[in-house]
Amino acid sequence: MAELLLPAGLVALFPGMPRRMTVSGTSVREIVDGLEAERPGIADRIRVPGGELRPNLRVFVDREPASLATPVGPASVVQILLATAGG
Amino acid sequence: MTRRLMVLLGTKKGAFLLDVAPERRADPGAWRLRGPFCEAWPLNHLVFDPATGAIHGAGGNPWFGPAVWRSDDLGGTWSHASEGLTFGEGEPAVTNVWRVTPAHGALYAGVEPAGLFRSTDGGRSWSHVAGLRAHPSRPGWMEGAGGLICHTILAHPNDPLRMWVAISAAGCFATEDGGLTWEARNRGVAADFLPDPDPETGQCVHRIAHAAGDPERLWQQNHCGVYRSDDAGRSWVRLDAPLPSEFGFAIVAHPRDRDAAFTIPLKDPDQGRFMPDARMAVWATGDGGSTWEARRTGLPQENAYLSVLRGAFASDPLTPFGLYAGTSSGALFASADEGGTWTRIIDLLPPIHSVETALVDA
Repeated sequence: MAELLLPAGLVALFPGMPRRMTVSGTSVREIVDGLEAERPGIADRIRVPGGELRPNLRVFVDREPASLATPVGPASVVQILLATAGG
Repeated sequence: MTRRLMVLLGTKKGAFLLDVAPERRADPGAWRLRGPFCEAWPLNHLVFDPATGAIHGAGGNPWFGPAVWRSDDLGGTWSHASEGLTFGEGEPAVTNVWRVTPAHGALYAGVEPAGLFRSTDGGRSWSHVAGLRAHPSRPGWMEGAGGLICHTILAHPNDPLRMWVAISAAGCFATEDGGLTWEARNRGVAADFLPDPDPETGQCVHRIAHAAGDPERLWQQNHCGVYRSDDAGRSWVRLDAPLPSEFGFAIVAHPRDRDAAFTIPLKDPDQGRFMPDARMAVWATGDGGSTWEARRTGLPQENAYLSVLRGAFASDPLTPFGLYAGTSSGALFASADEGGTWTRIIDLLPPIHSVETALVDA
């Protein structure tokens, strides 16, 4: 099971959701799909419907920049971060 | 039953609600502020649906995309959804929701890039009203300073097949078949920033509003002037010659008099877009737009380097009716006497994008 770390601004949209959890999946895409099954609507917050990651989100797998297609191992750490934006 | 007046504010930093006993609305100390709601997301619009008792919010977040927010308990708790807010594969992603309008048992959402969606389950899921983006002029639609946005939705009060939308900067469009097909309705509206100053589409419409009791009569505040149409938008007459500026964002129809409306002119687009001479005024007409009169009592008359955006001007359902103008500086000015005199209700909020009112159970 990989470890997933989520940003505070994302979990705030889904009451009761922890920022750190263990997840199953062999790619970032599978992990996002798994989240969606547990928390309907969360996939649309992370990726454009039917598409790639939202432009101002960054995903790292084991500290390396990642995309939805990036493989995830059983001991991986997957981090979703917010790009600095706004005002 | 006791009622309370609610003013709903969509701001750059979330939703705010202001509550007051109707008979005390002229007293700034009587208002109670709640918020910020919606996780401080930028909200372009916040509206109460009297048919369901729900509040709906339209917005978009720079990280998490577009959403329509909903509260079924007058702001106590909120949910959000964006399922179905997509134009489909190969089309641009929807980035923001600019307007949410209840009409005839459905909800309609105007989005960026410009398009229209309908929900029949209270905003939990959405389907694309594809006819609007199928309009032959769509490849030529150009964005305005705020983006290419569908920011105004006007439903016909009695005929669910008829609707108008306004798109910056593509103009006004209308459907009479429930959204299957749309017709551009911009004849007579200037677009003097374009090489052809009188095109079929491309006008920078800022807001359209129905005249009281007459859905064939429309008011329009445009980048290039103020207009009235007496034929459901098929042709427009320009009205802004007596005003201090052709430019402004907001326009509000008198709730009972079809010949009366209010607008808030701003300095020219390349001159700051704030109050002319830095003196805030609401301008009123009672004769269909032939003449206009400034209402200034109670409004700041010096150093008013602020603006009132397209959705930030509204009336209330009381008699006499009230008017509310939310500013880019985060202030809300209110009139309890139909625009005659004004009071600052609150200050120091985030920039106010939208103002709506509702009379709800206390």
